[in-house]
Amino acid sequence: MFSGRLGAQYADAGQQAETAQLGMWAFIATEVLFFGALIFSYCIYRFEYPEQFRLAGHDSFILLGSINQAILITSSLTMVLAVRAAKADQQRALIWLLCATVALGLAFLGVKGYEYARDVSSHSVPVIDYVFKPGYRPPTEIFWCFYFIATGLHALHLTIGIVLVALLAVRAAQGAFSPSYDAPLEVIGLYWSFVDTVWFFLFACIYPLGRAGP
Amino acid sequence: MSTNPPEPIGPYVIGWAVLLLLLGVSVLAAYEPIGIFQPIVHFGIAFTQAAIVFLIFMKLRGQPSLKWVFAGAGFFWLIFLFGLTMVDYATRSGYPLR
Repeated sequence: MFSGRLGAQYADAGQQAETAQLGMWAFIATEVLFFGALIFSYCIYRFEYPEQFRLAGHDSFILLGSINQAILITSSLTMVLAVRAAKADQQRALIWLLCATVALGLAFLGVKGYEYARDVSSHSVPVIDYVFKPGYRPPTEIFWCFYFIATGLHALHLTIGIVLVALLAVRAAQGAFSPSYDAPLEVIGLYWSFVDTVWFFLFACIYPLGRAGP
Repeated sequence: MSTNPPEPIGPYVIGWAVLLLLLGVSVLAAYEPIGIFQPIVHFGIAFTQAAIVFLIFMKLRGQPSLKWVFAGAGFFWLIFLFGLTMVDYATRSGYPLR
């Protein structure tokens, strides 16, 4: 039973679902360029000022970054298991897994908010409240500019994902999805896992720096 | 209404475990004095994790080639973005300003 609306331009629900997925992949390609350019600009500055970036990176909180990565990895698992539950017509599991994904997304934002508060209290906010420690020069501020821009944009993407998954949970509770109609779950699942992927690269840019000593 | 048998859960759970393992390796490597290999190791781990997510969680594994083209398009254009930018940085004289 196909419970979604079939567009006039599609032959069947399968073709509509495939098209929706390709659309999301095209969107993800633009996001790869968006975050890729940001990370590449970081790489140029890090190559030019390796010592200053090492000093600045040491002031980030690797434990909080790691906890957040574990949360996101687990949320990707719950999201893909939600799609699996829809395909198997396991409606209760579908609803609970979507709720778990939302909860994990909110947990990420909570940890990130706590991390931002620690960054503020350690005077690591460029332009507004940044204290140069002995040996620090202006490129350390560039590192923190990247940190706030990149993690802020990532958090914005995650927030959009949380809203979308929450809407899916509401629709799932109304019985909107079935083994023959799970396209919205597949498409939002792709977006969610991509946002997870972005964090892997932001983690590599920010947290491991300056831990092993000079 | 017919229902499909559930997909095997194994690849997802294994993928999740490997991603967490790689996170652990990344954190441990951060404290190792490996000098210039630090970015290579950490970005290598990030690329490996991204590949796992793309293949398993985003289900690219076993998909038709059209989906691979769409998935690879962003990375393809990234090569031009990186390449042309590096041409500028590699050939500009008097950079960086000290």
